[in-house]
Amino acid sequence: MTEDWRAGGFGVYLHWPFCQAKCPYCDFNSHVAASIDQSRWQRAYLAEIDRVGSETKGRILDTVFFGGGTPSLMQPDLVAAILERIRATWATSNSFEVTLEANPTSVEADRFQGYRDAGVNRVSIGIQALNDLDLRALGRMHSVAEARSAFALAQKVFDRVSFDLIYARQNQSLTDWRAELREAVSMAADHLSLYQLTIEDGTAFGDRFARGRLPGLPVEDSAADMYFATQEICEAAGLPGYEISNHARPGAESRHNLIYWNCGDYLGIGPGAHGRLTSGGQRYATDTPRQPGAWLQQVETTGTGEVAREQIGAPDQLVELLMMGLRLRDGVSLARAQGRCEKDRLLLKINELHKIGMLDTSQNRLRATERGRAVLNAVLTELYDAIT
Amino acid sequence: MTELKNIRNFSIVAHIDHGKSTLADRLIQLTGTVAERDMKAQMLDSMDIERERGITIKANSVRIEYPARDGETYILNLIDTPGHVDFGYEVSRSMRAVEGSLLVVDATQGVEAQTLANVYQAIDADHEIVPVLNKIDLPAAEVDQVKAQIEDVIGIDASQAIEISAKTGIGIPDVLEAIVHRLPAPKGDSAAPLKAMLVDSWYDAYLGVVVLIRVMDGVIRKGDRIKMMKTGAVYGVDKLAVLKPQMVDIKELGPGEIGIFTGSIKQVRDTRVGDTITHEKKPTANALPGFKPAQPVVFCGLFPVDAAEFEDLRDAIEKLALNDASFSYEMETSAALGFGFRCGFLGLLHLEVIRDRLEREYDIDLITTAPSVIYKIHMRDGSEIELHNPADMPDLTHVDHIEEPRIKATILVPDEFLGDVLKLCQDRRGIQLDLTYAGSRAMVVYDLPLNEVVFDFYDRLKSVTKGYASFDYQLIGYREDVLVKMSILVNEEPVDALSMMVHRDRAEARGRMMCEKLKDLIPRHMFKIPIQAAIGGRVIARETIAAMRKDVTAKCYGGDVTRKKKLLEKQKKGKKKMREFGKVAIPQEAFINALKMDS
Ligand SMILES: Nc1nc2c(ncn2[C@@H]2O[C@H](COP(=O)(O)OP(=O)(O)OP(=O)(O)O)[C@@H](O)[C@H]2O)c(=O)[nH]1
Ligand SMILES: C[S@@+](CC[C@H](N)C(=O)[O-])C[C@H]1O[C@@H](n2cnc3c(N)ncnc32)[C@H](O)[C@@H]1O
Ligand code: SF4
Ligand SMILES: [Mg+2]
Repeated sequence: MTEDWRAGGFGVYLHWPFCQAKCPYCDFNSHVAASIDQSRWQRAYLAEIDRVGSETKGRILDTVFFGGGTPSLMQPDLVAAILERIRATWATSNSFEVTLEANPTSVEADRFQGYRDAGVNRVSIGIQALNDLDLRALGRMHSVAEARSAFALAQKVFDRVSFDLIYARQNQSLTDWRAELREAVSMAADHLSLYQLTIEDGTAFGDRFARGRLPGLPVEDSAADMYFATQEICEAAGLPGYEISNHARPGAESRHNLIYWNCGDYLGIGPGAHGRLTSGGQRYATDTPRQPGAWLQQVETTGTGEVAREQIGAPDQLVELLMMGLRLRDGVSLARAQGRCEKDRLLLKINELHKIGMLDTSQNRLRATERGRAVLNAVLTELYDAIT
Repeated sequence: MTELKNIRNFSIVAHIDHGKSTLADRLIQLTGTVAERDMKAQMLDSMDIERERGITIKANSVRIEYPARDGETYILNLIDTPGHVDFGYEVSRSMRAVEGSLLVVDATQGVEAQTLANVYQAIDADHEIVPVLNKIDLPAAEVDQVKAQIEDVIGIDASQAIEISAKTGIGIPDVLEAIVHRLPAPKGDSAAPLKAMLVDSWYDAYLGVVVLIRVMDGVIRKGDRIKMMKTGAVYGVDKLAVLKPQMVDIKELGPGEIGIFTGSIKQVRDTRVGDTITHEKKPTANALPGFKPAQPVVFCGLFPVDAAEFEDLRDAIEKLALNDASFSYEMETSAALGFGFRCGFLGLLHLEVIRDRLEREYDIDLITTAPSVIYKIHMRDGSEIELHNPADMPDLTHVDHIEEPRIKATILVPDEFLGDVLKLCQDRRGIQLDLTYAGSRAMVVYDLPLNEVVFDFYDRLKSVTKGYASFDYQLIGYREDVLVKMSILVNEEPVDALSMMVHRDRAEARGRMMCEKLKDLIPRHMFKIPIQAAIGGRVIARETIAAMRKDVTAKCYGGDVTRKKKLLEKQKKGKKKMREFGKVAIPQEAFINALKMDS
């Protein structure tokens, strides 16, 4: 059980905290900066790789993910130096996956070849909408035309390409979304991330929503209709949903994100990057300062970007396993879940949820049914109640 | 000890919001009882709930010293009283402790229902009454009309009414002079055995039980051994003080004086308002007549949301009851809600206030069951049962007939809203008794079933008349009618806390409304939930809460794990504020809100 993380794999998440502009819906740790000294950032990233590398000697690395912010604002040289150091630190698995999140403006597309040469083999492009009006409403800097050409270029350059769309936008009808999604699946990516717009506190949309100034958002029932239509259209197009918001041709799933959902180990490098690490038989949650400047300074002056590590006890591990694993169509292995608890209360609750058609326990796995996945918050609240 | 001729005791009475507490502020301020920097608006309204709602709930007394124009200094004990109909008992009780009343009338509103009710109480208590016209600073003040109204409607002389603005301070010196010269001094004999009236009591976290008294005869001193005549309890006087409004220690209190004492009183039950306090050794021969006990008219169950808090609730209720003689309680058990209390109140606002105070002052989350009045169930065998709780309704085959309490309601309303008021009364099964006019205002008197009034009649009346109507009522007796018990079933299970007695003809409409309300009040679950209203085995209304369809968060990656866990913890806490019935979690507020009617 102490090596339980192996069931999920081992990856590195690297956070690039800058964007050209802040999108009004976004609550990611992203900042707009006038100038960025990329060589200073490079030194800090490399130092962090060295530090976490020495703690995980001998491990085989499955994935690297450059996330943001907007990692496609990184100089290809910086990406190359980081990947070089990573390869020098860990052996990499045969199916080593290196993903970079890219925004689809022309400036960024120009760097695609450089990223490819540095070792990036997968990009995830933030297209968000296939309609110029909505792109503007979402505060995006690109047009549909730009997004399409960036996507076409990416398909030539990289082995694997995914893109993101946001749905349940203001004034978007079910019919609008069905049409837009059909167009999206016809673009022949092997992976799509389709997110329902979430109104997050502390964002511009959050404020507007609180003041009643964000009209036209779908109510629960139409959002549900859109979600189920999404599942149906993607499934029919050969891109079944393998996770709540992620769809892929079988075999083309994001290996990196599967590490999260399968509760593997991942190292979080960069401002605000979280990690999970099994060390000395214990599982830890790691965290770093959120502010870019604070992180840089801490790395430079103390030699570590990490702030207090927290141990995760068995009940919390179980909570995380269910919370993440039940998002997957495949669910979690029953053996893995039971290894962490013998609680009758949980089994009773699982039975109860099974009876009302929310959970399924066939083939030694615990899965949320299609209906259950759609109301996973409620399912998890019930399970959480029984665990804690 | 103050000489009798230099004491004046009075209450300030009025319809709700006519400015009693503001007038009390000015009297306190002008006499320098409280330092200028410590003054705040309606300073006697010290409870959070009073300050929030801007109304007085508890009567409060304060002692002020006034150097009058005649060169003498007088001790004035004023009692500020609540205006809302539910707290009429506070007013009548307070009046027993004083000799006169300032009758405040808002000069922009005129005589209202509680103005009348309070005047009658003051006359009953043999009070000297000084009419005071307040809010003359407002352009809408109609001094002459209101004076005429006082004479026509109330029938007392208004030529001597004092015109004031409690807000700006105009006329306040005249009020002070009138108190001294128009109100009588108290009577009493300081040489006689101690005879004091227990006016009020409350629980203080530092001092324990505090008792407010009015001395009639004799003298009480710190260190005395005193006896409560009705309960027989004996205590030593540890602390003797007057309220200014902070406690200021005093050596002794003589006839006509009002003050507090403490005496390490353990048994909350020992202090009964209206009781007579005397010396243990040399007791008085004749006790005071006591107060007429308040009759609770609305009953409901109060249960802790968290069953483990039952003992805390018991303790809290006992302490609160000490401060509120008009509130009654007894233990109750319910299959679904466990242990709790069946409580009696003087009205719905009273119920809300007590519930609010329990929740805030004692930090207990409560479930309130459907309020009910007392029905008289006449059984086939000739016996009679008083039904306080619809859940206890006996099997119908044994019931001969049911009687319900009726009230006489007096409503004053401007002409233009009269039609709406008549319709409201008619809809609530009212029988018109009288309709007269006083100027442009109508005074309607209705005979109404209490159960149609307790719940939200007052709110409805205010809303159909834009706040221009006033209302007062008194119980007039019981009458037979076609009453049935309506049960509410959630997910096929009856929820006792929501069952109620209704008139047969109103049952369907009421049931439909309850089901519709509950449909909105109970959050969606993972399964669909039928909600039914039934009489006996027959379903008379039905709604269905659709199953929740989607609530999952779109994004959950490495960085979101910790945040998501916190969210689950928060949701778990939220669930603790609900009670489960047949697997359905019903939020605490749903119980009371389900009963509010729209018409
Ligand atoms: N303009 C004006 N407003 C006043 C005057 N006296 C009181 N008010 C206002 O009237 C409102 C009610 O005043 P209170 O003193 O709380 O009335 P009350 O009679 O004690 O009310 P209850 O205790 O709830 O019955 C407050 O907003 C006061 O500020 C006055 O002379 N002039
Ligand atoms: C790290 S973010 C953005 C990556 C890249 N900077 C971009 O904007 O294209 C990853 C994805 O999350 C999605 N996302 C961000 N905020 C969201 C929100 N409030 N609701 C739904 N999806 C959101 C967007 O689709 C976005 O592409
Ligand atoms: S959505 Fe992407 S580009 Fe927009 S602020 Fe967030 S991270 Fe930056
Ligand atoms: Mg008041």
